[in-house]
Amino acid sequence: MSAFLLNRLSQSIVLLVIVSIIGFTVLNLMPGGPLAQFGLDPGMTQKDVERLAAQLGLNRPLWIQYLDWAWRLIQGDWGHSFRDGSAVLAVIGRHLLATLLLMGTSTALAIAAGTWIGIRGATHRYSLFDYCATVGAMVALSVPTFWFGLIGIYIFTLKLGWVPAGNMYTIGDGSVLDYLHHLILPSLVLSLVHVAIWSRYMRTATLEALSQDFVKTARAKGVSERRILLKHVVGNALLPMITLAGMQLPSILTGALVTETVFTWPGMGRLFLDSLGYSDYPMVMGLLIFSAILVVLGNLIADIVIATVDPRIRLG
Amino acid sequence: MASGIQVASPVDVALSVRELTVSLPEGMERAYAVENISFDLKRGQILCIIGESGSGKSVTANAIMGLLPKAIRVSSGAIHLDGMNIVGLSPDKLRSLRGRVVSMIFQDPLSALNPLMTVGAQIEEVMAAHDVGTPASRRSRAMDLLVEVGLPDPQLMYHQYPFRLSGGQRQRVMIAMALALEPAILIADEPTTALDVTTQAQILQLIRDIQRRKGMSVMFITHDFGVVAEIADSVVVMEKGQCVEQGGAEQVLKSPSHLYTRRLIAAVPHLTGKNRIPLETAEKISILKVEGLAKTYRSGSALFGTQRIVPAVNGVTFDLTSGRTLGVVGESGSGKSSLGRLLIKLMECDGGSILFEGRDIAGLSETEFRSLRPKIQMIFQDPFASLNPRSTVGHILTVGPVAHGTAYRAAAERARELLSHVGLDTGAFDRYPHEFSGGQRQRIGIARALMFKPKLLIADEAVSALDVSIQAQILKLLDQIQRETGVSMVFITHDLRVASQICDEIAVMHRGQIIERGPPSQIFLDPKSSYTRELVAAIPGGQPGSMSQDESRLGHQRQGETL
Repeated sequence: MSAFLLNRLSQSIVLLVIVSIIGFTVLNLMPGGPLAQFGLDPGMTQKDVERLAAQLGLNRPLWIQYLDWAWRLIQGDWGHSFRDGSAVLAVIGRHLLATLLLMGTSTALAIAAGTWIGIRGATHRYSLFDYCATVGAMVALSVPTFWFGLIGIYIFTLKLGWVPAGNMYTIGDGSVLDYLHHLILPSLVLSLVHVAIWSRYMRTATLEALSQDFVKTARAKGVSERRILLKHVVGNALLPMITLAGMQLPSILTGALVTETVFTWPGMGRLFLDSLGYSDYPMVMGLLIFSAILVVLGNLIADIVIATVDPRIRLG
Repeated sequence: MASGIQVASPVDVALSVRELTVSLPEGMERAYAVENISFDLKRGQILCIIGESGSGKSVTANAIMGLLPKAIRVSSGAIHLDGMNIVGLSPDKLRSLRGRVVSMIFQDPLSALNPLMTVGAQIEEVMAAHDVGTPASRRSRAMDLLVEVGLPDPQLMYHQYPFRLSGGQRQRVMIAMALALEPAILIADEPTTALDVTTQAQILQLIRDIQRRKGMSVMFITHDFGVVAEIADSVVVMEKGQCVEQGGAEQVLKSPSHLYTRRLIAAVPHLTGKNRIPLETAEKISILKVEGLAKTYRSGSALFGTQRIVPAVNGVTFDLTSGRTLGVVGESGSGKSSLGRLLIKLMECDGGSILFEGRDIAGLSETEFRSLRPKIQMIFQDPFASLNPRSTVGHILTVGPVAHGTAYRAAAERARELLSHVGLDTGAFDRYPHEFSGGQRQRIGIARALMFKPKLLIADEAVSALDVSIQAQILKLLDQIQRETGVSMVFITHDLRVASQICDEIAVMHRGQIIERGPPSQIFLDPKSSYTRELVAAIPGGQPGSMSQDESRLGHQRQGETL
């Protein structure tokens, strides 16, 4: 196991270096650069802008800027926002909780519902339930999330007045109940797509497991259908799903871009969009590296979990 | 057929099938999977049901277990288990019979066990499913069962996961599970087909021992008359869903009455022990001379100390002259398929030389070897997977020669010629592989290999996936082609009986090495190494020509004089 981890760690470092180089290069290929916004500002002369660039180190060659940034990153200094000078890591930390709350809830919902729908679709293949689930998944996958968000706000906020239209809490309240109240609509909307994906995969994996010989063996032993499903089918069907769950982890950051904007949720997705709009390079690079680390971590965790639950890998 | 059977009293009969008809969903090849079949399994006996693929033998077994898929239904007839008709019983009642009154073991022990559960847990599950015993008593019973089926170290085995076990050990675990509740009837659906020949012999022995000790009744499904000869008390022969013949094992094997049975028995490759009559025309040109060939598989990472090294082929040496066939036999993992892949350079060797027509091809690069490729061709095992389903047969046959510079017109002409030569209609040229049966596809595979007029054919388990009657036809075709074209052949197989039919010389492989090499008369009648002796002894259906050991020695001497 330790050899495996060491191997994966070295791969991950190479991956992170490549991602950061590509990210840094592409970001700096954008016309204008971070100081372009001052170009039309009548209060700033060309000299002022140049002085600012020198102060921020933006007049140096690109590769030196990169090495400087990377060296600081290794030492734990993720840089400071161009916008308000606050530390990148601190800003990420502030937004992380909001995103985790939203994405964690919706992912948990999606996995629970998707697993159930997938298994039931497989055991009742070609039933009315199965057809409805299939069509439902197609609709959820083909309609953009923001549209569901807007429809949700229209119905449940404007018409019915059940839930707030946006934000994470009511200013001045901030109780647990208030947070939950704000959480309902965005997390449900977000989970729609994930339920669709998860249930489709789960259905296929369950069908695959059901067709295995050991299921027939269990039937020949006189094991009840219920126990066959729980003990033999679901366990084997969930194995490939662990990898999928691992890949969902980074989407806790990126998947909420649109939904967070629709529901004015103060999370990572909105932070990313805003930072791009302001050409806040240190912030964007910070978010990029952060999500790359999440991808690596997600895959690593999935592999470790698979290795723990599958004796063929654990002991083989 | 059915009229000839006396309805035996339920006391003597463990299982009785009466005029059973199982219908297939519409649009299938035929309307019934099995039609109007009747037979009895007497108490304490072994009944073999034999038939080729599609004969309905597995459907019959599943009907008895109440395990038919939803689309397939018993439409009429009765199945009496211990005197009780189970046709039409509720799913719950059927479930309570399964594992308790009737148990089943399957063909492929690799996939028949749940990979995520320990062996012990899977055995205990049978007892738990029928609410028998306490957790502690089930555990001790499971231990006893592991001993009973001859597994070593039951304490360790109990906690083992299936992937750690060999095929034979897994089949023993399956048998232990089937025995847990001491059922009256055991149904074994081709339980030894996926096993090596020595393992097969052990499992057959185990089933027979247990059957005798417990007085159990066994319904044994097989396609192999050799297996029938080993264990059957009585036999039911099935063809296309019909029962064509049944009776005592002696009677059916020695004096079969139905034409189909006779054909089937005739098609069984018998261990001849006779040497093949060599080709008259053969000038002895050396085609292939292999010396010290070696290949080692490495997996894992050397850097982190997890490397595994498996010597697959180790110092293999042989030679092959024109017009002759060398059989390479061995059990799974013996390195015979690796050897085949090395010879055709689908894989680079680590050492040794391969002299093909005097030129060492072992070290040649892919581009250097390309001009020689047409001369060495391969016939693959799986006639279903080895033909591109999206190409017409004509395209499959001509694409190689055209790539090597033959004009399409000439290639197409040769393809049509070869198709009729291998016994297919020339109209096959424009059709797709899925329109052909397994045997026909293998003929296409042979035609494809012959397109280049090769000097050397490598046939890797070329008849293993086929029914015996088709197998016999393909072997005959290969023999005929060799006599016409003088092509040399390396014939890789796990089936010694098949090897004895077609080979001039046989090399026995074991753990990457050739243990023994010689003409069939030596290998089968007077083996020099103990491993070869073990292999030959394990062949189901007895020794060559059912001769005893002494007689066979004499027989060998006689052959030695005449040949």
